[in-house]
Amino acid sequence: MSDHPTGIKRWLFTTNHKDIGTMYLWFAFTMLFIGGAMAMVIRAELFQPGMQVVNPNFFNMMTTLHGLIMVFGAIMPAMVGFANWQVPMMIGAPDMALPRMNNWSFWILPFAGTMLLAPMFIGGDFLSGQGPAFGWTFYEPLSGQYDKLAFFIFAVHLLGFSSIMGSINIIATILNMRAPGMTLMKMPLFVWTWLITAFLLIAVMPVLAGAVTMMLTDKYFGTSFFDAAGGGDPVLFQHVFWFFGHPEVYIMILPAFGIISQIIPTFARKPLFGYASMVYATAAIAFLSFIVWAHHMFTVGMPAAGELYFMYATVMIAVPTAVKVFNWTATMWKGSMTFETPMLWSIAFVFLFTIGGFTGLMLGVVPVDFQYHDTYFVVAHFHYVLVTGALFGIIAGVYYWIPKWTGNMYDVKLSLIHFWVSTISVNILFFPQHFLGLAGMPRRIPDYALQFTEFNQISSIGAFIFGATQLLFLYIIIKCIKGGEKATSQVWEGAEGLEWEIPSPAPYHTFVTPPTVK
Amino acid sequence: MSASHITKKLSMLLGLILVPGIALADYTLNMTQGVTAISNDIYGLHQLVMWICTIAGILVFSVMIYSIINHRKSKGAVAAQFHESAAVEVIWTVIPLIVLVAIAVPATKTLLQIEDPSESDVTIQVTGWQWKWQYNYRNEDLSFFSNLATDSNEARQLGADPALKEKADHYLLNVDKPIVVPVNKKVRLLITSNDVLHAWWVPALAVKRDAIPGYINESHFTATKTGIYRGQCAELCGKDHGFMPIVVKVVEQGEYDSWMKGQKAAIAAAAGDSNKKYTQAELMKKGEGVYKANCAACHQVNGTGGGPFPALKGSKVATTGSVADHLKLVIAGKGIMPPFGPQLSDADIAAVVTYERNAWGNNTGDTVQPTAAKAAR
Repeated sequence: MSDHPTGIKRWLFTTNHKDIGTMYLWFAFTMLFIGGAMAMVIRAELFQPGMQVVNPNFFNMMTTLHGLIMVFGAIMPAMVGFANWQVPMMIGAPDMALPRMNNWSFWILPFAGTMLLAPMFIGGDFLSGQGPAFGWTFYEPLSGQYDKLAFFIFAVHLLGFSSIMGSINIIATILNMRAPGMTLMKMPLFVWTWLITAFLLIAVMPVLAGAVTMMLTDKYFGTSFFDAAGGGDPVLFQHVFWFFGHPEVYIMILPAFGIISQIIPTFARKPLFGYASMVYATAAIAFLSFIVWAHHMFTVGMPAAGELYFMYATVMIAVPTAVKVFNWTATMWKGSMTFETPMLWSIAFVFLFTIGGFTGLMLGVVPVDFQYHDTYFVVAHFHYVLVTGALFGIIAGVYYWIPKWTGNMYDVKLSLIHFWVSTISVNILFFPQHFLGLAGMPRRIPDYALQFTEFNQISSIGAFIFGATQLLFLYIIIKCIKGGEKATSQVWEGAEGLEWEIPSPAPYHTFVTPPTVK
Repeated sequence: MSASHITKKLSMLLGLILVPGIALADYTLNMTQGVTAISNDIYGLHQLVMWICTIAGILVFSVMIYSIINHRKSKGAVAAQFHESAAVEVIWTVIPLIVLVAIAVPATKTLLQIEDPSESDVTIQVTGWQWKWQYNYRNEDLSFFSNLATDSNEARQLGADPALKEKADHYLLNVDKPIVVPVNKKVRLLITSNDVLHAWWVPALAVKRDAIPGYINESHFTATKTGIYRGQCAELCGKDHGFMPIVVKVVEQGEYDSWMKGQKAAIAAAAGDSNKKYTQAELMKKGEGVYKANCAACHQVNGTGGGPFPALKGSKVATTGSVADHLKLVIAGKGIMPPFGPQLSDADIAAVVTYERNAWGNNTGDTVQPTAAKAAR
């Protein structure tokens, strides 16, 4: 392998799925800390009533960029990182189907991220808040008032290119490069969830691109897609956005479902219960995700018939989601469980994601949604789904596979501290937000009436602890990369699957000749 | 820093955490039942769905916890190898479906009531502006703006004295001019916006509806109890989204009638002001109030502006530029600055322009009379 470039060139020019997976994961981790720092500013400002830390515009910029960075910069790239590392190893392929495109899909991301964040620093007056400040949903006409909109629009376009290329690659790999004998219904569930997610991405990223392109022509070329004064409709924007946005929610959570479905059977030492029904439930959720978008916009004044339809379709999602939770529970039932760190995170995921699922059901009931909509109840709901759901799934996956990636065991003691402090503090952070929302605190406000003080303080304290604890995660990962107890090739006693049959750390090239799956 | 300094700082920090806890123990955990029949139905639905979720959660979590405690390797558990059962899958697909139907039936009933604004007694057009609400009583020829109350507005500035918040009447949830409606009458709202999206929300009335420029949304409520009900804008509308509260005063019909009469008399009186001549001192005093209520949010109290909002202190418009251009800008707006013509009386416009041309060292000496503002419209 003497012809491999080394140093920075190795990373710039690599077409190796493991290198690219590593870069995706580090990019996501960096973004997690940038987005997390923004969350800390938000929680610091909300620690007490009154404005103490930043001005209202800067606050709006923080909520906007926190959301965008966590969704597009942290969660999605982390999931693609997992796909890059794991999909070829789990299906017995030597690499991704389109390795050069793989390199490009990653290297677009740092530029997109830079473009998204750059306007913050224009004019040198960081605190005046020159960045986007219209919420991560960038509703028109507010977003149209932003004078540096083009930065934002092209950043979204680049993110879209990256996602679409990544998805094409994943689909091509899964459909074409499975080892002999690995039929679709023998694929590990993580591979299934990513296959379905990739189709979702290909379907909806162009819709998002359409939305931002219409914004672009409205802003700079005199069209009126979203401007009522010119014959357009501001609500059209929301329909287009949420036609992307709702499947997007599942794009973030389905791969996490996949990770959890790998981990629980391993540590229960028992095959996943209802494999086929898990696949069908994933597909059902993906299908339903296309026909429920307007439940994000019940207060825009739809006809009653429309509201009823979207309510019925939305609450239907509870069915396949419940099936998944039941299947995980049944997998644990009468197993022979041990509670290594990845299993702990997975169990926390099942409990806490289920809470987020319940509040999701509550939000789907239109008349009550009129009271919940745009309050902290919604903030609590989607953070239970995205932090204790998607992010916990990612962390569980890192602990599960990092011995395979590095060949070393992580520091178990530290990982347990990381788990317990995170799990307790994340509930201190988000659970009181349910009460705030029910009591009437709107989301996206930098200051609040005095009766909301107590729960905001509790929430902020939880946030500071949760945020600080993730630095420990960084330390654990670096420590694990540098060394540690050597991992066996199977790593976990109950682990089954192709990735556990190759040595740890996984060699640079794996499955150059395909294995045979019985 | 001396030891006493540190102690002082520490006790201040502790005070910040503890004092509000004592002073403001009026937090709530659950949704308000509100004061309309619909808000009560919504509360009932909320309780129903929440309890269904709680019971389902307890059932599923109990099974998991039982399994976690008993089916562990350290207790010698041996893994069973069952991994599928069509019967079980069907059962746990059908049971949630039945529960969902049980939720959907009452939800549908309530929704159809909410979406029926017919046969109303009072109709009010609600217009959202960045960052205030305008109320227009249809058929009554009464229209006014409702701004965040001045005491709250001062207390919410970055770096303001923290004590101001405690002193402010209903901090951030109070306005200079509330809307008044009669009790037990169906009030229809026609909700729209002048600029970006807003949402009109009063929890106790269970009304939350988006205000969309160019479109009119309908909603309604029938308050069954007199009192003062407070709410906020619920849709992000820019910088001061958090600072455009809503106050609804529900009163007996008689009180409503006399309030309406008083409002109309005040409008007639204000119309007389358009022809009145003021001294510069009077205009400066009046102008300062108008400026603080309408302009300071963007251009700042000291006229220095910030971010996308230009400074007025020493600016061309407010110094060497002509009075006519200055009036035109205030009346018609420009870019993200909304037109103030519809919001302010002639006297207010004249006063604020006079103020801007003479405050913060702008010292033009100009005195602008209401007649000039009237002519500039």
